[in-house]
Amino acid sequence: MLMTATQALTGPDVAYLVPEILLVGAAIVLTVLDLLLPNTVRRGWISWLTLASLAGAAAAVIGQFAMFNPFDGDAEVVSLLSDSYRIDGFALVMKLVILTASMLILLMGIRTIERDDAIPDKGETFTMMLPAVTGALVLCSTADLITMFVGLELLGISTYVMIGFRKKSSLASEAAFKYIVIGAVSSAIILFGMSYLYGVTGSTNLGWIAWALEQAAADYQALVYVALFFIVAGFAVKIAAVPFHAWAPDVYQGAATPVTAFLAVVSKAAAFIALVRVIFNTAVIQTPFILGPGVSPVGEDVLLALKVLAAAAMIVGTTAALRQKNVKRLLALSGVANAGYLLVPLAIGIGSTSTNNLGDFAFYLVAYLFMTIGAFAVMAVVGRAAGHDELKGYAGLYYRAPWTAAGMVVLLVSLAGLPVTGGFFGKLFILLSAVQMKDYWLAAIMVVTSVISYYFYFSIIRQMFMRTAETEAKLSVPAPTGIVAWICVVATLALGFLPNAFMDMFEQAVTLSRDIWIAVPK
Amino acid sequence: MAGSFPWLTLLTFSPIIGLIVLLFLPGTNRRALRWTAIVTTLVPLALSLWLFAVHDASDPDAFREKADWITIALNHEAVNIESSAYVFQYHLAIDGLSLPLVVLASLVAVMAALASVHIKKRWKAFYVWFLLLETGMLGVFLARDLILFFLFFELTLIALFFLIGIWGSLNREKAANTFLIYNGLGSALMLIAFVLLIATAGASLNATQQGGDLVYTGDYATIRSNLTAENSLTNLPGHYENPFALSDGMRWAIFILLLAAFGIKLPMLPFHTWMLRVHAEAPPSVVMIHSGVLLKMGGYGLIRFGVGLFPGLAEEAAFVLALLGAAGVLYGAALAFVQTEFRLVLAYSSVSHMGIVLLGIASLNEIGLQGAVYQLVSHGLISALLFLIVGSLHERTGTTELDELGGLARPMPFMSGMLLAAGVASLGLPGLSGFVGEFLSFLGLFETMKWVTAIAAIGVILAAVYILRSVLKITFGPQQERYAALKDARLIEAVPMIALMAFIVLLGIYPSVLTDAMQGSFDDIIAQLNARMGG
Repeated sequence: MLMTATQALTGPDVAYLVPEILLVGAAIVLTVLDLLLPNTVRRGWISWLTLASLAGAAAAVIGQFAMFNPFDGDAEVVSLLSDSYRIDGFALVMKLVILTASMLILLMGIRTIERDDAIPDKGETFTMMLPAVTGALVLCSTADLITMFVGLELLGISTYVMIGFRKKSSLASEAAFKYIVIGAVSSAIILFGMSYLYGVTGSTNLGWIAWALEQAAADYQALVYVALFFIVAGFAVKIAAVPFHAWAPDVYQGAATPVTAFLAVVSKAAAFIALVRVIFNTAVIQTPFILGPGVSPVGEDVLLALKVLAAAAMIVGTTAALRQKNVKRLLALSGVANAGYLLVPLAIGIGSTSTNNLGDFAFYLVAYLFMTIGAFAVMAVVGRAAGHDELKGYAGLYYRAPWTAAGMVVLLVSLAGLPVTGGFFGKLFILLSAVQMKDYWLAAIMVVTSVISYYFYFSIIRQMFMRTAETEAKLSVPAPTGIVAWICVVATLALGFLPNAFMDMFEQAVTLSRDIWIAVPK
Repeated sequence: MAGSFPWLTLLTFSPIIGLIVLLFLPGTNRRALRWTAIVTTLVPLALSLWLFAVHDASDPDAFREKADWITIALNHEAVNIESSAYVFQYHLAIDGLSLPLVVLASLVAVMAALASVHIKKRWKAFYVWFLLLETGMLGVFLARDLILFFLFFELTLIALFFLIGIWGSLNREKAANTFLIYNGLGSALMLIAFVLLIATAGASLNATQQGGDLVYTGDYATIRSNLTAENSLTNLPGHYENPFALSDGMRWAIFILLLAAFGIKLPMLPFHTWMLRVHAEAPPSVVMIHSGVLLKMGGYGLIRFGVGLFPGLAEEAAFVLALLGAAGVLYGAALAFVQTEFRLVLAYSSVSHMGIVLLGIASLNEIGLQGAVYQLVSHGLISALLFLIVGSLHERTGTTELDELGGLARPMPFMSGMLLAAGVASLGLPGLSGFVGEFLSFLGLFETMKWVTAIAAIGVILAAVYILRSVLKITFGPQQERYAALKDARLIEAVPMIALMAFIVLLGIYPSVLTDAMQGSFDDIIAQLNARMGG
């Protein structure tokens, strides 16, 4: 048995927890305020205060870039409570991604939730987002299985509530119930896998696990398989990868559109970020002379399982979306396919000349963030005007709101992976890495499913530009939602024309050996 | 003399400037929109004609524009090198292969812009997509970086989807979808081939003190030289596992992927179904561009990437290519003969004529390759003219069914005469451009594969039969009462007809205009083939 050296939390360490503490504090204060204030007081300002606290957390994360400068190759990673909490380059960049997404979703939700008659308590829906985001931030920063589980549950339980807040809609209640059951089962599966991993390695710290796993795999091979496969399966539910995706369309459809966007982007991203830490400390580990991924044969098989998951997600996600007439469900299935694309960099492992997995992953994640949130923003406006989320609600959008329709084209083209957009380069980078690792079949599936996806993404375009609307009335776009849509469009194009801006920043800030592989005192 | 002014960039993106002007015009002012678009398309035409006049094959760098567009430093922790990066260039250039096609593209664009008087709705959006399409197709012929080429190629795909889907005839949405998925598949195959090339032949190592800088590039010239040079990473002999090596099997895989990708576009025989629908449904001015230029991107890609990068494999596959070409020639001709709808006659005739391009490519000698390019340009002009006339006819008669047309020579002598002239140009009458392209292609192939040439040549006879059958049916025969009062071509229709016809005649009687420009363009390919045979 290994003993993890205990490490207490000191005063200065608290400075590194400012973003999380800020969010938790704001959540408590705002919830209490919402509770105490009489019903006559309008709740609109709570949403703005929530946004402000998210912005504050983002500012704090940016401040941490100064405290731990990830661009400096010699900077030492800040490790709190024996790597329960790490401030490293990967964590900081991913926290910014999560916070950006959350702010955009909140901004887009301000008017949408206010106008949603099915939600009686507007204030709570916003404040509930704060613990959810805190959970996501914890997942960015942790390299310890227990803390990771706490983060997952914090995120999960808050989102169950967020879906359920749409109390007057039976679809939402169904969605919330389904999500609770599925979420609880997946958490249980992850926890079960984690317990085995602890059992065979004697530690919950990913660094120690990576160190001890080789021996453990030799001694208890079957148990290591059980541990890792269960963890992967549990995460596959959270990221909605096939065959663990069936909940996604129902849950997405039932939830209020901003909450759907939160599930599609923040929840998915956070689960992916945690999965990156797990995979890159178990299946892919640092070996003295790196010739390929470590821990064979277990690691190889875990990667193979991830590849199969990725392929299945891409194929099933796109083919199931072909017949979908409800845009929300369509985006849910598109999210399944995108989970497949995002899984590829995790699944292909590293090679003697190809170690760009995290850059590929992060780039596509950011592109996915903008194009998906943008699409949901447009959907919130169109769905509100039409009273439903069916495809025909988009008919003639070009006549009713030409600029919104044009922006939506950019987002859809990016989702389809066509140039010149972030979605194109995201897929291109993943494709290049897959080919460098000689995973030709995975690359072929990626490309072919992208082409199939043209059909349903362009079916929305067809509705917008080639059909006539029932009404000629101009569509009114609330300012915050419109701003979000346009931020997303501009960002999608910027990622397409200047993909190097983000990629260079990321490659300088994040390295596998410093940020992901955890040095353990041997 | 070119100085440092980015003429090629101006050529490629001048339609975008016009597009921006268009955006500020009111959508209801049809006349202003139309003339802005027409004037815009004149800019690339003037520039490309000027380039054609001053281009000197011995100085290929005179108009080269090259800048690193995207340089991305990659994670390189597992390698004993100093750095690793993707470099995708903004790289435009002209040579004897691309220049004729650039001229063709800009010429047909002007004519199509003039012919767009038939467009009845949403003019502003139409011209916006139209100009985007022009930038896309000009860029395709000028780009010398694989990724940049792909971007322009996809731009034409998106623009054409809208042009067919909004302004097409009855089944427009279905046609747009078929087009999108079929061509999307072609682009996907191309993307896989390109990615494979960038990851292997695109890699080069610049030695430094810390081990070297590894660079993956999409630069065409680099990839080409890495594929052949003996000391490149791709061809490095070694007993260890070389991540950049391309086995023979992989080379074949890439070659076949490229063949299929551009074969779909051309279209090569089994992949032609999508283009029939486009020909039948798209608005006439868009078909002019589609048939006149976009199909040519397939032939261009086959020569530039298929033959240009893998001449050895192309030689081994030449017989199959020739058979596919011959099959296309005969099949297209036979089916054109039985069609009752004039647009479909022309569509199958395109299949047949693109088969001849394939024959020229399969010859793999200078004459045949020149013939292939000549045929591309010539067919581009002829089909643009034919579809221009079809558009004008359709506007007047409301149909393109052969059974319902007849005796149009009396009410419309000018247009009927043009139709007849374009028809005989299409069937390859000496003195017009169609003849030269076919003759050179067959001549080239005859040197290597006599029997295939002989069989394919039957298609030329068939061409005379199906073209004359349909053209004569339309122009002569009993005049129908309801067509008696139709007006002949207006000036705005007549001008592009005359201009296109002038170019067809020019190329027919004075072929060296074009062949001189192409002189030496295929030297590299031929030299590599000779080296193979010598070695």
